[in-house]
Amino acid sequence: MKTLKNISFWLLLLVIAAAAIVPIVQGNVSMREDAFYILMLVILASSTNIIMGYTGYVSFGHIVFFGTGGYVAFYLMQTFQWHFVLAALVGGFAASLLAFLLGNAVLRLRGAYFALATIGINEAVRSFVSNFEPLGGSIGMFFNFSMYDAYSGAKNAGQLAYYAMAVLALMTIAASFLIKKSKFGLGLMSIREDQDASMVLGINPARMKVITYTISAFFPAIAGAIFFFKNGLIEPGPAFELHRSVEALVMVMLGGFGTVTGPIVGAVVYERLRSFLITSETFSNFHLVIAGAMLLLIVLFVPAGLVGWLRLRFAAVRRYLE
Amino acid sequence: MNIEALIASTVDGLMLGFVFGLMAMGLTLIFGVMKVINLGHGPLIAIGMFAVLVMSQSLGINPYLTLPVIIVIGLLTGIVMYFVALHRVINSPELTTLLATFSVNMMITGLMTVIFSTSPRGLDVTLGSLQFGRVTILGTRVAAVVIAVVVTVALYFFLYRTRQGKSIRAVANNRGAAELMGINSSWVLGLSFGIGAMLAMISGMLLATMFSFTVLTGNALETKSFVIVVLGGLGNPTGALFGGIIIGLLESITTIFVPVSWVPVLEFVVFILILLVRPNGIFGARSS
Amino acid sequence: MILSVENVSKRFGGLQALDKVTLSVKEGEIFGIIGPNGAGKTTLFNTINGVYPPTEGRIKFRGEDVTGLPPYELSKRGVGRTYQVVRPLGELTVHENVTVGACFGRENLPLEKAEKVADEVLEFVGLVARRDMLASKLNVAQKKRLEMARALAARPILILLDEVLAGLNPQEVGDMLGVVRKIREQGVTIIMIEHLMHAVMNLSDRVFVLDYGAQIAEGTPQEVSNHPKVIEAYLGDPEVAKRFLEGTSS
Repeated sequence: MKTLKNISFWLLLLVIAAAAIVPIVQGNVSMREDAFYILMLVILASSTNIIMGYTGYVSFGHIVFFGTGGYVAFYLMQTFQWHFVLAALVGGFAASLLAFLLGNAVLRLRGAYFALATIGINEAVRSFVSNFEPLGGSIGMFFNFSMYDAYSGAKNAGQLAYYAMAVLALMTIAASFLIKKSKFGLGLMSIREDQDASMVLGINPARMKVITYTISAFFPAIAGAIFFFKNGLIEPGPAFELHRSVEALVMVMLGGFGTVTGPIVGAVVYERLRSFLITSETFSNFHLVIAGAMLLLIVLFVPAGLVGWLRLRFAAVRRYLE
Repeated sequence: MNIEALIASTVDGLMLGFVFGLMAMGLTLIFGVMKVINLGHGPLIAIGMFAVLVMSQSLGINPYLTLPVIIVIGLLTGIVMYFVALHRVINSPELTTLLATFSVNMMITGLMTVIFSTSPRGLDVTLGSLQFGRVTILGTRVAAVVIAVVVTVALYFFLYRTRQGKSIRAVANNRGAAELMGINSSWVLGLSFGIGAMLAMISGMLLATMFSFTVLTGNALETKSFVIVVLGGLGNPTGALFGGIIIGLLESITTIFVPVSWVPVLEFVVFILILLVRPNGIFGARSS
Repeated sequence: MILSVENVSKRFGGLQALDKVTLSVKEGEIFGIIGPNGAGKTTLFNTINGVYPPTEGRIKFRGEDVTGLPPYELSKRGVGRTYQVVRPLGELTVHENVTVGACFGRENLPLEKAEKVADEVLEFVGLVARRDMLASKLNVAQKKRLEMARALAARPILILLDEVLAGLNPQEVGDMLGVVRKIREQGVTIIMIEHLMHAVMNLSDRVFVLDYGAQIAEGTPQEVSNHPKVIEAYLGDPEVAKRFLEGTSS
């Protein structure tokens, strides 16, 4: 397809891959840890953008897929000693299945109702898991340290997790790009603009929305699996933390929704700003206040986000920065 | 099964439900008038809680006497919040207003965490209790219900019998037409938001007299408010009241049969089912 | 008969919007639908292209019963439609708007071919100069053309035009009529709802008149304009009655 011949596509992947290699080459573990976290945010933001930016459906509870992937994978690793990559993939498919089943029902809802329903889903799953003993209930599950022996020790496992997260980030970005530039993506954006008019033009919105939702659930789920594999411990609270979904939304808005590079830029800027605020003496207590103020300023004055604004102003940017 | 326990639970749930209803009414009113889901609802409840805490603990005022102050703080906070965060983007797509109100949530929660930290707080309020056989009803509960009912009645009187109230209903119904008839819709929206904030804060005050709380309790209650509002029908204040009562009863009665920790699961499943089966709620969505 | 509407009724609660409407449209003709405001013309269009199903009756397109199928199924079978109040996909460019039509319509083209078809159609309606503008930035006349272009890009067999001339000044009306004639020359069957009497009377091969959801006349423009019931329906507006007669004599 045409996108594969598009130079911006390969350029973007190259840039991300190069940035991801830096901490490995430099042998700097703390830098690698930061990068690990940023890559995860990039994945969360990009997948939120796939459903929200392209179709206009705001998934407030998108983090439910992160938690679902995490729990399914953790359980498989813990109970059956599956390799983390395999477990993660199954986690991904489990989350996609959840999205598919729920999506058919909730995507019929419009606007605010959909947003609320996704919150309800996350909270329902979280409170269910908190009560479900086979998954550890409210205490969660944790790895025996010997679990990492299969990966030549915890340190090496951390490195493997990093590679996995980097590869996943590249896959997510590639998927986002391919969708956006495809006929499917055009249909999604048509739905976003006017669902009823789209139907008259021959688009079947229900089917396309469900497919998109299903795809958008896959990547955060695997990210969750990798994250909790490395963490060695999974609990319902952190796995289904609603705040993280909202952070992903903020990142998408900050960078520019409906674009491929927007969520990436948003994730990086948000994460850097946040860690600066937390470690700074004057600001650390106020990081939430400042983040909130930032969000409000963007929403009020630059709703297209950084990348979105650049694309609107400079036609040259539009060609290279998707 | 213990009949008295059932009666006690039902009565308790009913009374709590009134307060929950009041809590949700602010949220639903705002949605009814301007089609905005106020994600800053939780912090507003929290402000109510901490306002009564500060006034009663530091200034020694009887908690119930702080009501007029809370009303004023609520109105002012709401109006300011509207003009700062929403006025500019009121006609933008839903996501924009969602994020705008959420940003206010972040700012207020952050500020309150700095001032009060996240440690649990409690008011020392006792109003004695009433005895009916072996069923005990706490005085604080009764006071809370009475105040909730009074406020609700006052709200209805305001909306249906005063000129300001009528302009709010007009704007909720058809903003353009209302403007053509000389109503300054921006002020009406600001006032409506103020009233919504006020209701949230009053409910916070009442809840503070009954339970311990932290700066984060508001956000948990916000999620509960969503459930109630959808149950009752978005935009429908009466529906919110009844939705609150239903949730109050649900919570109290089910704890007899299932462990407390399962109650949220039940609530959210009900929430999702309502959204799927009857998104307009049991009592029907309304433009106020 | 490319389209036949058989005894179609539509009720909204207590309101009878359409009452046993029956008509058939021949392939290649221009079929006009007129009637006072609120007569049910747009409702009729909505039942034909699937926005909502009729309460009673059947709709057959090229011999196939399509009653109650959703709009995208009608679109895939070759039925295009424009809206009275235009609905451009605002945040997409003009070219992208039309590409959507080409991608998802009857021919279901892949993206690259659809983009080329979109360019051709933009040429046809005269919007090439605005190719890369955001749809929301067009003026009314241009938006109407975009609406047409989008419907045409799907290469429809039958196109439903809902008041394409509304809101246009005389110059723009003339231009738009030219486009309508070009569409007919391509062999597309046209059903048009119009209020502009001289236009619809001039252009249509046959005319159908609706009032209060029911048929009150059908025939050639001359037959219809002399029909007593039609004149009575419009009698509240003698200007219009006068224009009837002017329209058919030119």
